[in-house]
Formats: sequence, structure tokens, C-alpha cells
Amino acid sequence: MGHIWPMVETFTALAEPSRLRIVEYLRAGARPVGAISTALHLPQPQVSKHLRVLKQARLVDVEPRAQQRLYALRPEPLRELGAWIDRYRALWEARLDDLDALVTELEHSRSTRKRKG
Amino acid sequence: MDETTKPAATPNQTTMQVDTGRTIIITRRFNARAATVFEAWTSAALVKRWWAPKSHGVSVVSCEADVRVGGRYRYVLRHSSGEIAFSGEYREVTPPTRLCYTQVFEPMADAGAVLVTLTLEEQAGKTLLVATEVYPSRQAREAALSSGMEHGMRETLDQLDELVASLR
Repeated sequence: MGHIWPMVETFTALAEPSRLRIVEYLRAGARPVGAISTALHLPQPQVSKHLRVLKQARLVDVEPRAQQRLYALRPEPLRELGAWIDRYRALWEARLDDLDALVTELEHSRSTRKRKG
Repeated sequence: MDETTKPAATPNQTTMQVDTGRTIIITRRFNARAATVFEAWTSAALVKRWWAPKSHGVSVVSCEADVRVGGRYRYVLRHSSGEIAFSGEYREVTPPTRLCYTQVFEPMADAGAVLVTLTLEEQAGKTLLVATEVYPSRQAREAALSSGMEHGMRETLDQLDELVASLR
């Protein structure tokens, strides 16, 4: 059964709105902490803290450069999450189609009983 | 990640929205009264008939449900490589409009519980169902897991990945 648990770490790392904004900002390319802080109007220490969480969730990698470190998005976890969401949606669509058929049948048999009663 | 499905032109289609990275909202309209939908969602005999869709290659082995505040439920599924169970506790039971319960995937119970809130709105014999699933916060997860369990959890995650892939 497709379920959230394989994606818990990615999902919860993205659960914080500022981290989500950082991930979306890094889609454009690798950036240093200062640029992220300026672009998103977040204090630099906060950005560093969020980047540590994102790094632990393997959503970003650090690319060391001579003068400053660049943070880059790793696409794999997001692709996996996207694929998981697709599977989970398909599961719910199938479940609710079956539930739809069941409740339609229940309603029909109830109204049939009422007419006979 | 703003994965939003726009409501379809056909009003009875399922929509799923991922919100804030921790919440999934599923909606669907049914041509039935709220009491009927509520019963189908909570009665163990009826849950068996829709919770594990055949198209996904799993079947329900057993359903038990004690539908009252503080009561518990457990659904056991069979797939090609074994059985897995989901279980939880009811937090709110207000038929036919509201139901709130926790859901734990038993092989990974330490990772925390999802909180599910179901609302049913009836109008002219049709019902709008909204199911909101809230996944555990990182803090809650970290509190539940000790460093020694992290390795075990990763193994379980790998096995689960294989299982999920085999079900496609």
C-alpha cells in the first residue's frame, strides 16, 4: 500500500514554510547562505539552521568553493516524493471509487426497502 | 512543494491536495446521504469492501472497529509477500458529520501516528467528504525515535520501498 512512511523524512523536512521557500528558491541553482537570506528576507542564522535540516534530509548538498559554500538542491528526494504522491493519489482514487459504488448500492437498497415497507 | 489538484469538472471526482508538506487533503462527493457514507467509513463489515482496492493487489484480511471516543480499530491487509496492519484510536465520533482518529502503520509504529479528520457535509441527498491527514512533525518523530532505532527504521523503509514497488 503506498503510504507516507517511506517519505517521512522528506515530507517533514518540507513541512516548515521557510524550508519550503528555500527549496523552491534553490530550484534556480546553487546559492550561498547570504544570497538565500537576502532573497527570502530571512535572518542568516535561521537560513543556516534550515539548511542543516535540509542537508540531513538529503534534500540539499553543499558544494565547497574557494570563498563560500554553495547549497544545491538534490532532485532525487523530491522526485521520489512526487512519485509517491502520484501513487498515493491513485490509491485514494481507487478506494473512493469503490466506496462510491458501495454507498450508491446501500442508498439504493434502502430506498427499495422503504418503497416495499 | 505545492501539489494541488484543481477540482475536476466532474463533481464526483477525487481531489488530493498536499499542503504545507505535512498535510494531505482528500475530497470527494457522493450521491448518498452523510449517514450512509459515515457508516461505510466506520463499519468493519463495510470498510472491507473498499479500503483495499483490488486494482492495487491487496485484500483485507480482517477489520475490527470499536467506534467510540477512545475506541480502537485495526485493519489487516494481505499482499503478495505477507500481511501488514494499520490501527489507531478514535478521538472524535460525531455521526454523521465528523470523525477524527489516529492511524499508525504498525511496522513503523515508532515513527508516529497520522491524525485523520473526516467531515461530511450533506446537501440535497449528496455528501461532500473531506479527509484531512496530518503527518507527524519532525519533532514528534525525533522524540519517538532513539538513535539506536534509526538503523532499524532505515531497513524497514527499504523493505517498504520494495513492497510498494512490487504493488505497482
